[in-house]
Amino acid sequence: MKLKATLLGAAAILAMAGAAFAERGSDGHVNVLYWQAPSILNPYLSGGTKDLESSSLILEPLAGFDEKGALFPRLATEIPTVENGGLAKDLTSITWKLKPDLKWSDGTPVTSADVKFSYDYCKAPDGGCAQASKYEGIKSVETPDATTVVVTFDAPKPNPYLAFVGATSPIIQKAQFEKCLGAAAPTCTEANNGPIGTGPFKVVSFKTNDTVELEANPNYRDPAKPAFATMTLKGGGDAEAAARAVMETGEFDYAWNTQVNPELQTQMTAGGKGHFVNGFGTLVERIEMNLTDPSSDLPEGERSTVKHPHPILSDINVRKALSMAIDRQALVDVGYGTAGQPTCNLVPAPEAYASDNTGCLKQDMAGAKKLLDDAGWKPGADGIREKDGKKLHILFQTSVNPVRQDFQSLIKSWWTDLGVDVELKSVDASVFFGGDAGSPDTFQKFYADVEMYANNFDGTDPEAYLAGYKCDKIPSPATQWQGENINRFCNADYDKLAAEMSATADIAKRGELAKKMNDMLTKDSMTIVPLVDRGRLSATSNTLGGVVLNVWDSELWNAQDWTRTK
Amino acid sequence: MLTYALRRLLLAIPTLLLISLVIFLLVDLAPGSPMSEIPLTVPPEVRLKMIAAMGADQPVFVRYVLWLRQFFWVEPMHQVDLLFGSHIVEGQQRIISYQTRGPVFTVIGERIPQTLTVIGTAYLVGVLIAVPIGIYSAYRQYSWFDQLGTFIAMLGYSVPTFFTGVLMIVIFAIKLHWFPSIYNTSLKVTDWASLLAQIRQMALPVLVLSLFNAAEISRYTRSSMLENLGQDYVRTARAKGMGEGTVVLKHVLRNSLIPVVTVIALGIPGIFGGAIITENVFKVNGIGAALIGAIHANDLPMVQTLTFIFAVLIVVFNLIADILYGVLDPRIRYD
Amino acid sequence: MTDIKLGEVSKPARNAEPVVKLAPPRSQARDIWDQFKTHKGAMTGLVILCLIILAILIGPFVWQIDPAYVNPDAAKMILGRNKPPTWAHPMGTDQLARDLLARMLYGGRISLAVGAVAMLISVFIGTGIGVLAGYFKRLDGPLMRLTDLFLALPLLPLLLVLMMLFGDTVRKVVGPEAGTFLLIVFAIGVTSWMSSARIVRGQVLALKEREFVLAARSIGTPARRLIIRHILPNVISPVMVAATLGIAGAIITESVLSFLGLGFPPDFPTWGRLLYDGVDYMQLYPSRVILPGLAISLTVLSVNYIGDGLRDALDPRIRGR
Repeated sequence: MKLKATLLGAAAILAMAGAAFAERGSDGHVNVLYWQAPSILNPYLSGGTKDLESSSLILEPLAGFDEKGALFPRLATEIPTVENGGLAKDLTSITWKLKPDLKWSDGTPVTSADVKFSYDYCKAPDGGCAQASKYEGIKSVETPDATTVVVTFDAPKPNPYLAFVGATSPIIQKAQFEKCLGAAAPTCTEANNGPIGTGPFKVVSFKTNDTVELEANPNYRDPAKPAFATMTLKGGGDAEAAARAVMETGEFDYAWNTQVNPELQTQMTAGGKGHFVNGFGTLVERIEMNLTDPSSDLPEGERSTVKHPHPILSDINVRKALSMAIDRQALVDVGYGTAGQPTCNLVPAPEAYASDNTGCLKQDMAGAKKLLDDAGWKPGADGIREKDGKKLHILFQTSVNPVRQDFQSLIKSWWTDLGVDVELKSVDASVFFGGDAGSPDTFQKFYADVEMYANNFDGTDPEAYLAGYKCDKIPSPATQWQGENINRFCNADYDKLAAEMSATADIAKRGELAKKMNDMLTKDSMTIVPLVDRGRLSATSNTLGGVVLNVWDSELWNAQDWTRTK
Repeated sequence: MLTYALRRLLLAIPTLLLISLVIFLLVDLAPGSPMSEIPLTVPPEVRLKMIAAMGADQPVFVRYVLWLRQFFWVEPMHQVDLLFGSHIVEGQQRIISYQTRGPVFTVIGERIPQTLTVIGTAYLVGVLIAVPIGIYSAYRQYSWFDQLGTFIAMLGYSVPTFFTGVLMIVIFAIKLHWFPSIYNTSLKVTDWASLLAQIRQMALPVLVLSLFNAAEISRYTRSSMLENLGQDYVRTARAKGMGEGTVVLKHVLRNSLIPVVTVIALGIPGIFGGAIITENVFKVNGIGAALIGAIHANDLPMVQTLTFIFAVLIVVFNLIADILYGVLDPRIRYD
Repeated sequence: MTDIKLGEVSKPARNAEPVVKLAPPRSQARDIWDQFKTHKGAMTGLVILCLIILAILIGPFVWQIDPAYVNPDAAKMILGRNKPPTWAHPMGTDQLARDLLARMLYGGRISLAVGAVAMLISVFIGTGIGVLAGYFKRLDGPLMRLTDLFLALPLLPLLLVLMMLFGDTVRKVVGPEAGTFLLIVFAIGVTSWMSSARIVRGQVLALKEREFVLAARSIGTPARRLIIRHILPNVISPVMVAATLGIAGAIITESVLSFLGLGFPPDFPTWGRLLYDGVDYMQLYPSRVILPGLAISLTVLSVNYIGDGLRDALDPRIRGR
């Protein structure tokens, strides 16, 4: 009897072990589809999302963001804070401790020298490091011992969790990249395409913009993970084809960014092979109002510059009426379905920074018309409103993208109803976002009255994002049309708030400032008209377990926990 | 003929240099920058530094001369170094893509196999189908075979591949599950099973492309055959009592081949150029996909190198066509 | 005298509108028309093409719904989306509840105009360069190298540059819509003439050595007359093929252009664009791709059959048999 009980107990323990502690590599192969394929696996040489996310399978930072946007340690033992002594009280230095016995996939130990090297690599002159902004304001990175890294800042840093945090600034191996500093970076093709890392997988072969073959990292710190022995990361095609490969043909287990129209989402889900996962981050589709005159009658070099205020959009009533005429829920229903939600905020998340501004959610066509009537914009003979001989004519541009073209048509119908003459224009995305100073069609040049696109910020802190709307960030011929302040918004009070935020460490106070700045740009002035908070939508097979969509970091952040469910 | 060919080859050198310059200026002038696919979260100052690190901020002629040197000296010598273990251009920069920050020729090397197998097969199948159909359609003009051939050919040409490709996927991959919708470039043919897998994944793109290619070639074959079938020499040949096979396949066909040869020769460089849309629809990721990706990313070294190789092939195959004209019709002389 | 002649010419001309331009002499024109009439395929093609042209010319006046009209009442718009054919919308509605019949009619105008004009430009340039290069040995080298250059140029950057350099200027001079139209047909025309040039040149090289050309030259026929009377009629069949394929090509290229944001403004429908947009909805609403696809194919097929008939009718050896 006793023996039997022991045996039963042992059997139960074994069964539990089987469930809870799956063996590394026991689940075979997993197929992942990134329709925009990775060009390179070194995130420091490319800022592209596809490259960052693919490399996050291999390279890891000291800490990452989880699905709620909270920091959690990856290579570090814990997140340094003022409470645990890791962060200096005056916010001028931060001390990270590496987990003990960390190993690279080639078996050599990970030391603090590798961390310091990652910083040196990105800081090296002529290297063109894409993540340089992560390492700004750092005076020095010291390594008192093999597992300790001390980062000292030039000035108190309210947000010290930029360097070595998130998929954008991972730790690379010193031994592998030592000879690749600065201008030598592109000569290290082998290292760039097959970095040695600490992540759950390691590269077996890499075909540029096509396929990455990976296998489980034999030295991954959790001996039971990853459950998959091998992984294929394939690229090519478009979002719809990617969704189809998971949801309808079942050839793939996971497809990234499968933004398809709501009808297709419903139809594909009905197939029963997979499901969509979505999550909302900070990506906001918005209409930007041009506060300067883009007229082609002005000489080149003066178009869309602060020298000439916009003839009609300078009137705040016009901007407000244009926003009130938009039915944001209808836009979501037509374009995004479950992957979008209407918003009135430029900073829709995280909660600490998001304003409670919801005034724009309900369309108010009558109110908009009244507002224009009261402001003196009266319908002319052709139904177009005018005032002082100026007609409400608007050139509305955006990049080429089926959803954006539908949005354009819808918004045009509402604005036409309002008495505004709308002309639509669409520009090839590579030109629109290219920022070539020689092209008239870039979004920075803004040779149109209003334009629509989406933008977001990295990580969870909107400080730099909001600072982009300061007066000195206005793109102009003098700055080669570089600058984030697309609207040419300029307000001394706003600049003051931005300066205050960069010197404030208290989270509650920062949130308050961010909300105030957000409201100044949106509901107070309607310089920016937020439309839709766009979620990430990815497709996952019903046989793939452990997928948790994370919008604050790489989507593949927890690939070590993925399993095959039968 | 030999002197003609040699003279043309010599003349091709300045032509190609001129073409390369025009392409370079054109791609450089095109709006867009290598930063177009970098997310907006990367601030402007960092973007400028990245462009500087790529060397894309240099004056256009400096970059052009650098490219010429890399293309005509560094790259060939690099191959020599690899073959013989010498060190002629060791440490000198090869043509580096802006997108991948790696050598352009590595990418081309990765892409050639699937481009040649898929697009090449499709072209071959297209030609093999089109020429006989064209001949028979002309020989039996307005027969049901001709009518059907004409109908399918025009349908094949007027319906774009972005539609037929997706249609094939919906029917054969989603509904019937016969073929995969995604091409696996890592598949190595080692045994019967993998050969079968390779054939299955090639089937749909080859079908779509060969239909498109066959349409054009069969139309030209048919019209040219028709033209010649009415000529006096055909009547004479028949009057002499020659068999129909000899008349049609030896006399008429030979005289009808000039436009056909032209079209085929124009199409062969296109195999290297890849089929942009079809490659994209089936995720073949060949040269065509690389080219369009590079154009979207304003990856000048990659676009320039691919287009230039393409230009060389065009010049060579047009020369071959010209020589074939002389073989087909000895009356054509170039001297 | 001249009056009578003119009257006589214009009489059969009225009967044979599509043909007469190609064949001015009066008796020949009637011959050609008679021969053309016997070609069943060509006549069917002609009827269908005329019907399509009539529909897109008159259609928008009868069917007066604005093809770009989106109901500003969002609730109504959402209810009216993606509807199957009904009496109110004989071809159904699209994802923004726009009327598809109106879009097809309006789109046909643009697509057919672009297809025809771009094809004419491309065939004209192609034939011209091909004949000149084939006939005059001195021009052969330079012209064919030019052809090689154009063949090698990557299309997309070329179009982007064309639009960037000339877009604003042309639009300002002739207005936005006419300007876009001109730019598009020009862009398509200039980038698609190369294959017809090479084909025509190959034919001319062979023709030039034929006995009848030799005979004409030996009696002192000047080069211009020789080309027009002897060479051109003999290259008509490859040119016909190039022209038919060219129309299809131009309609499709236009759709790709507007997809890239280089073509007409985004709310302007064209057949190619309707087809392109429809591909996403292919499984859910097959009519979204079938209708524009059918329209393009029908047009191309009828043009092709008309071309076949014309070629037969123009060939004196076939005519009268």
